[in-house]
Amino acid sequence: MLFEALALQLGYNATLVAIGSALLGISAGVTGTFLFLRKRALVSDAISHATLPGVGLAFIVMVLLGGDGRNLAGLMAGSALSAWIGLICVQSLTRRTRLSEDAAIGAILSVFFGFGVVLLTIIQSMSSGRQAGLDGLLLGSTAGMLMQDAMIIAGGGAITLALVLLLRRAMTLVAFDPQYARSIGIDPDRVDMLTMLLVLSVTVVGLKIVGLILIVALLIIPPVTARFWTERSEKVATYAGVVGGVSGYVGAAISASTPDMPTGPIIVLTCFALFLVSLFLAPERGVLAAYLRHRRFQEKVHIRQGLLSLAQQQPVYEPLTIRLLAREGLARLDGVPTEAGRARAAKALLDEHRWQIVHGMADFEAISSLYDGLRDIESVLTADQLAEIDALIGGPAEVTP
Amino acid sequence: MTQLELATDRGHIVAAETLAASPLAIRGLTVSYGEKPAVFSIDATVQDGSMTAIIGPNGAGKSTLLKAALGVIKPLSGTVSVYGAPLEGQRARIAYVPQRASIDWDFPARVIDVVLMGLYRELGLLRRLTGGHRQKALECLQRVGMADFAERQIGQLSGGQQQRVFLARALAQDADLYLLDEPFAGVDAATEKAIIDVLKALKAQGKTVVAVHHDLATITEYFDHVFLINVRKVAEGPVATTFTAENLQKAYGGRLATAQIEELELGAG
Repeated sequence: MLFEALALQLGYNATLVAIGSALLGISAGVTGTFLFLRKRALVSDAISHATLPGVGLAFIVMVLLGGDGRNLAGLMAGSALSAWIGLICVQSLTRRTRLSEDAAIGAILSVFFGFGVVLLTIIQSMSSGRQAGLDGLLLGSTAGMLMQDAMIIAGGGAITLALVLLLRRAMTLVAFDPQYARSIGIDPDRVDMLTMLLVLSVTVVGLKIVGLILIVALLIIPPVTARFWTERSEKVATYAGVVGGVSGYVGAAISASTPDMPTGPIIVLTCFALFLVSLFLAPERGVLAAYLRHRRFQEKVHIRQGLLSLAQQQPVYEPLTIRLLAREGLARLDGVPTEAGRARAAKALLDEHRWQIVHGMADFEAISSLYDGLRDIESVLTADQLAEIDALIGGPAEVTP
Repeated sequence: MTQLELATDRGHIVAAETLAASPLAIRGLTVSYGEKPAVFSIDATVQDGSMTAIIGPNGAGKSTLLKAALGVIKPLSGTVSVYGAPLEGQRARIAYVPQRASIDWDFPARVIDVVLMGLYRELGLLRRLTGGHRQKALECLQRVGMADFAERQIGQLSGGQQQRVFLARALAQDADLYLLDEPFAGVDAATEKAIIDVLKALKAQGKTVVAVHHDLATITEYFDHVFLINVRKVAEGPVATTFTAENLQKAYGGRLATAQIEELELGAG
């Protein structure tokens, strides 16, 4: 069943939803990256909650004008307008008062959302509103998705993505160093505003599929997930697009293949699963890698310290050090070095002397900074350079036959 | 009214052509955080081809002056002209090196990515990054002795290395006027030497360098002009005639002991 869903063989509606969700996921992930890099993830929460009164008002206006209150384009226009007003409120509260941005976000988010809920309740009591199903926009509802809706979502997502690609350099610069950006003629306030507009448009596009409460997850989890895998901002954006797209597609397929499974929440949970995998298994920044690295590092430090103690004929006290030396065949469990241990110890001491010389030489600065007490000096210096250094050390240990 | 008369009329004894040619001319600049001016009514005229140090005690407004001159902070009043024209049209001729502490160094970027940011004006929104751009960035890293670090993540750098990367980014801009905010603060000796060598090379090419500086002991060795500030301007001019015990006393007041000034071995003025 899931396989058929993934292969888009589960009927018209399921196919529309899967493709729409994938596109939404890609544009949300890529757009969210710049919010994440700018450390303003919370703003998206204010934007999304501020859409609700607009949804209600748009419905009322459309009904009063004699149209269909559930027209998606109309609801999206209304929600965009009220989210924009909410955003302006957050901006001006932050700039003109001493309120910090997080406090302003908290205030605006709850006031707008509360007002929106009141409007939805009023609509429920209107005669034309009984079947409105507007609460579907809170958590997304894809059951009755039309081709027209899918086209709007795909078009909106694609335009947003194109604009993000166009602005990526400016947004990266502003996120990294806003003062420098201003010095070369980029206005950080304007770039921030454009970023927020893009986030707003993703939010509005995502109303139908994941809903306004969960869109934040689709904006933020993909870049956070991507960050585990790379140290370059453009790759964070690319990977975030992949994470978002895969989550949207797979999430939609899972919900289509299981009766009564809501699409939006499943997409978010799929995204979260990818996050969990990255959190634990990412090669550099993952939790497991960090633990193993720490453990290996600790062992290397103990062995190195042990060897240096042996070289200077000092006793090794720490039980862990002795155990590790014994495991490597460098010493017996009573602390007496083996033949191999003695050789390694002499080498360790020589390398310490060599590093000391390297530290004193200006030409070797890049190499000198690599010193961590553990690195093999042969891995950073050529044989000629080593010979040069050994000549400076002098003494019997360096005389080679 | 001629330009010269206009200038004297406003109480500045500055020849009009010096003003027009000056890489950075500031008139009546006041910047305020809240209701306490950080710098007040500053006039400054940077000499073309000079190396000028901005000095003054902590909280004197040195960095603020620099940022306001760049339009990074909005001044309350005053004008800034760069090579005789308003700042906005002249941005391509200025390069700024901010304090490195103002940045989150865990940002996902490699050293070369930061230097490539200096080419933003050249690249704009649409142009693709080419091997030529990368080559140029590498050359700038070479000039500050950081070419070996190009592929490193910026978070792995020491403070001095971070400072040199910022300088390389400014070099990539091919500017005429370089404004640096405490480039020598908290850096190692190797970095200090690398930076001053680059700055002196810029001066030799006829570029102008202005730096906020905190180490009075190196002023005579590094710079040829000084600007002393303590919220208001105290003095500006060539090091030989302006960097005097009397002016330092005026700028630093009791914060600089007489013994410290004597150590600098200055003339009486």
